[in-house]
Amino acid sequence: MTIRINKEKCVGCSACLRACPYDAIDMIDRKAFLNASCVHCGSCVDSCSFKAIDSVAGSVGKTDLSGFKGVMVFAERRGEVLAKVGLELLGRGRALADARGATLSAVVAGMRLDESAAQLIAHGADMVYLVEDPELVEYRTAPYARVLTGVIREAKPELVLIGATPTGRDLAPRVANRLRTGLTADCTSLDIEEGTGLLLQTRPAFGGNVMATIVCPNHRPQMSTVRPGVMKPLPADKSRKGEVKKMKISLKPADLTAIIREVALETTLRADLSEAEVIIAGGRGVGGKAQFGLIEELADAFGGQVGASRAAVESGWVAHYHQIGQTGKSVSPRLYIACGISGAVQHLAGIAGADYVVAVNRDPECPMVKAADVAIIGDLHQVIPLLAAEIRSLKKEAVR
Amino acid sequence: MNIIVTIKQVPDTNDVRIDPITGTLIREGVPSIVNPEDRHAVELGLSLRDEAGGGKVTVISMGPPQAEVALRQVLAMGADEAVLLSDRAFAGADTLATACTLYHAVKKIGVFDLIICGRQAIDGDTAQVGPQLAEFLNIPQVTYSVGARLENSKTLLVKRMTDVGFQTIAVPLPALVTCLKEANRPRIPTLRGCMDAYRERPFHVWDASYIGAPVDDIGLRGSPTQVRRTFQPSPRGNGFLLTGDAQDCVLRLVGLIHERGLV
Repeated sequence: MTIRINKEKCVGCSACLRACPYDAIDMIDRKAFLNASCVHCGSCVDSCSFKAIDSVAGSVGKTDLSGFKGVMVFAERRGEVLAKVGLELLGRGRALADARGATLSAVVAGMRLDESAAQLIAHGADMVYLVEDPELVEYRTAPYARVLTGVIREAKPELVLIGATPTGRDLAPRVANRLRTGLTADCTSLDIEEGTGLLLQTRPAFGGNVMATIVCPNHRPQMSTVRPGVMKPLPADKSRKGEVKKMKISLKPADLTAIIREVALETTLRADLSEAEVIIAGGRGVGGKAQFGLIEELADAFGGQVGASRAAVESGWVAHYHQIGQTGKSVSPRLYIACGISGAVQHLAGIAGADYVVAVNRDPECPMVKAADVAIIGDLHQVIPLLAAEIRSLKKEAVR
Repeated sequence: MNIIVTIKQVPDTNDVRIDPITGTLIREGVPSIVNPEDRHAVELGLSLRDEAGGGKVTVISMGPPQAEVALRQVLAMGADEAVLLSDRAFAGADTLATACTLYHAVKKIGVFDLIICGRQAIDGDTAQVGPQLAEFLNIPQVTYSVGARLENSKTLLVKRMTDVGFQTIAVPLPALVTCLKEANRPRIPTLRGCMDAYRERPFHVWDASYIGAPVDDIGLRGSPTQVRRTFQPSPRGNGFLLTGDAQDCVLRLVGLIHERGLV
C-alpha cells in the first residue's frame, strides 16, 4: 500500500496531521506532504473530508504464492518440557488452519521428543516434525535457524507462528531473513482476512499507545511471533490422531561456533513469570525497596509470583526480571493484583492476557483502576497486610 | 578493535499521551531521543574499545536529516565517527528493508570485529533488525545481552538473559550483539566531548546510491510487510470500585475472588 496526496484537492485543513500516528505529514504552504516517517499505514485516508488522500496497492514484486499451505507452529522447549506458548499457538493455529481448510503442524527439536510430540498432537497438531540431534538440546541461534529454515523449506507452510519469548525473538528474524519473507513481532491477535485469505497480524506499537494490523501480501510464509499468554491452548485430547515425521537436517561446523559456557537459573524464581497463575505486582505507590516486602508477602500468601511496573524496577526496588509491560514481560495469570501502579499503556499492554484484574490504589481516576475488574480505593500499605492475613486464614480453613 | 554501533532516533513514547476527546496521539512537545537501549549499546562499544586498548567505534543510523542530533549525542559520549543514512528511498522500510540498508552501509564501512545494537526500539519494539542484519552479514549473533567482555582478540564472552535465567556464550568474532539496559550505565557526555562531537569527529551522510543499496531491496519497496491499519487499543475492565473502611473492602474483595475460584 502506498499513500498518495492529491495536491489539487488538499485544502490544508490539517485533519490528516491529527489522524497520523507517526507524525509523518507536514503542512507546507497549506498543502499536506508525507515526510520520511510515513509507513503508509493508511490512517490518514479516512480523515480527509476532501478525498485528497488515497492509497494504492504496494509495489513489492509478486512471488509465486501457490504451493504454500498449512499452518506451522514452532514448539519451544525448556529442557525436556514444552513451553506453554507453543500450546497456545496451536490453539490459535487450529482455528487459522481450519479457516484456511489446511493442516496444522508443529516443529520440535532436541532429544527424547516422543512425549512432546504426543502432547502437541493432543493439543491440536495434525502433524509433528521431529528433529533429533544432541546439538539441539540447548537452544542456540545458528543450529536452530538451520533446522527451522530447513523444515519450512520442505513443508512449505503458508503461516509460521513462533512464541515471542527471548528464544523466539532471537530465532524468528534470522529465519525470516533467510527465507526473505516478512515477520511481524509480538502479535496479540491473528485473524484471516475475508476475501484475500491473508493473515491479519495485530500488535501494539508506540509503547502500546496504538495498535497496528500488519499484512504480508506477496511473500510466503507469512510469519509472526506471538506474545505468550495472549492465545488460549485447546484442552488436551489424548484420543486425537496425528502423524509424526522425523526429519534429518545436518548441521554445518559454522553453525556450532558459538559455545554455551555457562547456564545460570535465576535462583529467586519459583517458576516463569509469564506462565504464573497469580501475580501480585507493585509500582511507584509502594514507595521503597523495604516496602516492596509487602508485595512479596502478599504473593507468598497467594502462592503467586511478584511482578513490578517499570517505575518500581527503575527505582531499583526489584529486579528487572519482574518487570511487566511492553518492554518487560507480558503475563496471563488468572488473577492479577496491581498495587500502587498507575497503569500506563505500556503496563496495560503487558497484562492484556490476564483473566481477572484487581487494582489497589489511592487514585480512583488512574488508568489502572479504570482497567481493573475491581479496585480497592485506599492506601496499599494498610490494605495489603489485611488482604494477606485474610488469604492466609482462608487457606488454613481450606486445609482443615 | 573496530566496532559498529547502530542507533535510532525515536519519539519518547513514555511522553506520548492520548487526546481524550479525539482519541488520537498528542505529539506536541514529545521530544526525540536516542533510543534508550541504543545508548547502552554505545556504552558497551566504548568500553570494549577501551578494554581492547584501541580501535574505533563507528555509530550509524538510518533516518531523516534530523537524526543527526542523535548521532551527535553519541559522538559526545565518545564514539569516533558517525554515519547518517538518509535518503527518501529508505522511507517506509520494515525491519527487513532496514536491516538490508544497514547491511549495505556496513559493507561500505568495510572491516569490523563487532556490531552492537540495542535489543529493540521503543517506537516499534520488534527486536528484529539486529538479528536480520546478522543474517545478511552471515555472522553469529547474541541477543538480550547484559554484559560482554573479550576472552581474547578472537572471542567475545557474552552473558545473555533467557526466560529462566542467564546463559554465558563464547562467540567468535566478527559477531553481532544486541544489548539490554542491564548491560551498563551509559556515560554522561563531557563538555569537551560535546564540543568534539560537533568540531572534531568525522560525520558522514550517505544515500542509497553511495552505499550501493538496490532500490528494490530497501524502503517501502523492499518491505515484505505492510501496515494495513492502525487504531486505538480498546480499554478493558469495568472499574468496579470498593471504597471506605479498608478491612471492609478487603473482605468484599476476598469474597469476589473466592467466588471465582481464584484462591
